Amino acid sequence: MSLVDVRDLRVDFGGLRAVDGLSFRLEQGAALALVGESGSGKSTVASALLGLHRGTGARVAGTVEVAGTDVQTASEEELRRLRGGKAAMVFQDPLSSLDPYYAIGDQIAEVYRLHARVSRRAARARAVEVLDRVGIPDAARRSRARPHEFSGGMRQRALIAMALACEPGLLIADEPTTALDVTVQAQVLDLLHTLREETGMGLLLVTHDVGVAAESIDEVLVMQYGRAVEHGPVAGVLGSPAEPYTRELLAAVPRLDAPAKAPAEPEEVVLEASGLRREFGRGKRAVTAVRDVSLTLRRGETLGIVGESGSGKTTLGRMLVGLLEPTAGSLRFEGRAHTGVNPAVQMVFQDPVSSLNPRRSVGESIADPLRARGERDEGRIRRRVGELLERVGLEAAHHDRYPHEFSGGQRQRVGIARALAADPRVIVCDEPVSALDVTTQAHVIDLLGELQRELGLALVFVAHDLAVVRQVSDRVAVMRQGSVIEEGPVGEVYASPRDPYTRQLLAAVPALDPEAAARRRAERRELAAV
Amino acid sequence: MTGFGGFVLRRAVGALVTLLVLSVIIYVVFYVTPGNVAQITCGPRCSPAQVQQVAEQLHLNDPLFERYWHFLQGLVAGQDYSTGTAVQHCSAPCLGLSYQSDQQVTALILAKLPVTASLALGAMVLWLIIGVGTGVLSVWRRGRPTERLLTTLTLAGMSTPVFVIGLVLMIVVCGQLELLPFPQYVAFTEDPEQWAWNLLLPWLSLALIESATYARLTRAAMLETLAEDHVRTFRAYGVGERAIIRRHALRGAVAPLIAVNANNIGVLFGGAVLTETLFGLPGIGREMVEAVKVVDLPVVVGMVLVTGFFVVLANAVADVLYAVADRRVVLT
Repeated sequence: MSLVDVRDLRVDFGGLRAVDGLSFRLEQGAALALVGESGSGKSTVASALLGLHRGTGARVAGTVEVAGTDVQTASEEELRRLRGGKAAMVFQDPLSSLDPYYAIGDQIAEVYRLHARVSRRAARARAVEVLDRVGIPDAARRSRARPHEFSGGMRQRALIAMALACEPGLLIADEPTTALDVTVQAQVLDLLHTLREETGMGLLLVTHDVGVAAESIDEVLVMQYGRAVEHGPVAGVLGSPAEPYTRELLAAVPRLDAPAKAPAEPEEVVLEASGLRREFGRGKRAVTAVRDVSLTLRRGETLGIVGESGSGKTTLGRMLVGLLEPTAGSLRFEGRAHTGVNPAVQMVFQDPVSSLNPRRSVGESIADPLRARGERDEGRIRRRVGELLERVGLEAAHHDRYPHEFSGGQRQRVGIARALAADPRVIVCDEPVSALDVTTQAHVIDLLGELQRELGLALVFVAHDLAVVRQVSDRVAVMRQGSVIEEGPVGEVYASPRDPYTRQLLAAVPALDPEAAARRRAERRELAAV
Repeated sequence: MTGFGGFVLRRAVGALVTLLVLSVIIYVVFYVTPGNVAQITCGPRCSPAQVQQVAEQLHLNDPLFERYWHFLQGLVAGQDYSTGTAVQHCSAPCLGLSYQSDQQVTALILAKLPVTASLALGAMVLWLIIGVGTGVLSVWRRGRPTERLLTTLTLAGMSTPVFVIGLVLMIVVCGQLELLPFPQYVAFTEDPEQWAWNLLLPWLSLALIESATYARLTRAAMLETLAEDHVRTFRAYGVGERAIIRRHALRGAVAPLIAVNANNIGVLFGGAVLTETLFGLPGIGREMVEAVKVVDLPVVVGMVLVTGFFVVLANAVADVLYAVADRRVVLT
């Protein structure tokens, strides 16, 4: 009997069909990844496996059998035994997936006691055991901590520990590493890998990141619009994809081994930062977010800034734009000292949802920099906004639409148009594509490159994704704990990193090829052992 | 200073400043209010000479600053007052003597405070039980007729004035059914049982009105928590609805309940004027209204300071409870 057997699954939300006739099987101990972009229905499938759509208004048809339980016809009691006992789920966002009010050990114990008739004390001991198993140091003491006292990676480990508590035959992981830094992501994926080897549990991995899938599984099922596009062994699907959509998806994934950008001709320096430093807070609680960073940026080039969360890259970006006053150090723009906001240096923000005012039309948002410059002629403003919209691949007729009417990628285009409105010489992009699907990401990156060539813009590209940064940048600066620890031409830094931290970061990037992934995993073990 | 000691110290200083500012404001307000205070205090049949004498005695002709300074002195060091024939010593903290009765304001407040405190604390216990209970029930039965009924009832509760409920309760319970005698305040120290029976109707009238707010608050906070990701986690691990509501959703309602309750109880310590009047309870609220009517400045200042003190105290206690309920909160 298969561990999971899904036949002709259909899920409707109101009039919307999220999953449309999907069938697949997963054998005991095997690992399958559902890969697809947002809206492909992959998470809906994961929820259906545990019957989580019951009572939500979603209509589910077809058969779903998990570990011998027919999820569609099971009683509430049978479902409760399935959930956590036979099949456990690890959710995407470890920040919000634990109850903030209770100790982590107590939350794991609560779940364990539902499925095992044991005393409170024994459940608590089990919680410590599984926390220790997933690599939480000093598990007995840390099990008394609340979720906010754990880092993102540790919270994800805690969630995996919760899943392990009842020794389920199936682990469903819904984007388990999406909110994590690359090095932490690699640790979590390695942990899942080891646990599978040891416990022989089956794994269903739901992810938008093909690289994450390649690292962890045997089989891939590529989804689009709620249907299976391609299904097969991981090496086959990723190595020689049969379907055009799979090929498109793979082509859009930034790779470390793709040809790098042709280096830009050295031109005059536009922006120069020397000894930039920024502290937050005062006295004993002062935190130095950026310490003594010096950079130069030339016309027409892209400087990539990579680092993990908390490395100070966003703070640095904001200082370059003049949104934050440096505690020490200075900025020179085109040879002259400059403080405060500079219209010639613009910014594109990470989150295209929250960086546009939802109550104003996109045209008004784009017109802001024009009005700020003193333009009063409504006709001219409208014409210019129309040009900008067309310039970023939208239509002039979109002027009066509101942000919610656009997709994520389109909203990011609006953000870029707004930055362009001030006729900038420099654009600082803070994680401009990290909230987007890979294919959309590729389009936005292409657009930025095009604009750079045509307008001779200098770009600062702040991102945590090393492959994306390599693809777009001429030079790259690696940040850690507020300092730039390594800087140089992209080719050099990626091919022969001097700093051990840079090597660690590069080893953590998921590879698309399962063999390379295995090699990297071994490499990481070596690096960790040093 | 850090930790709990530092927190208490900072709050105490903050409270002191708040109360001083409050007292200054009242002094200024009363100073600029039109009307002859001496005439009002003396009575309509006083001769101009007598009025002049009263004004002298109450220092009404002194400049505002001097009178306020006098008040502060009494507060810190106590004060001797000559009331025509005898000299009365008012020891610190002295809030002065009532213009009307020459009674010490401190004594006056101490006499009224137990009444108001009894009313406020008893009502609080009831409204928390009724309110949170109703809230939880309406979440548990969400989407069913019970919930709609409860929602309607709480809306009705919120929009009913306390004297309507109070009157109806009194007429039905005391008048028609004769289950209870008409309330008459009995001190707790005198007879605890009679104290409770006599306060039952005032408590109920206040609690029924207030519990509507708490029911809605509890319901809203719980529904919000139920929509959060961590609840989804526990559902996916087979935790039943009852445990989800009891352990996880209700916990999310604790913080807002503490905040709103602190404010309510603090204000109530300044007197529930309508309830006290309706049930003939000799509490702070009624006394204050009387004092304002006759411009009895020392009494008004004293009462306002006591109210202010309890609001500040209730909020400080709420902050401590907040930090206990939610470990992410750091006391500052």
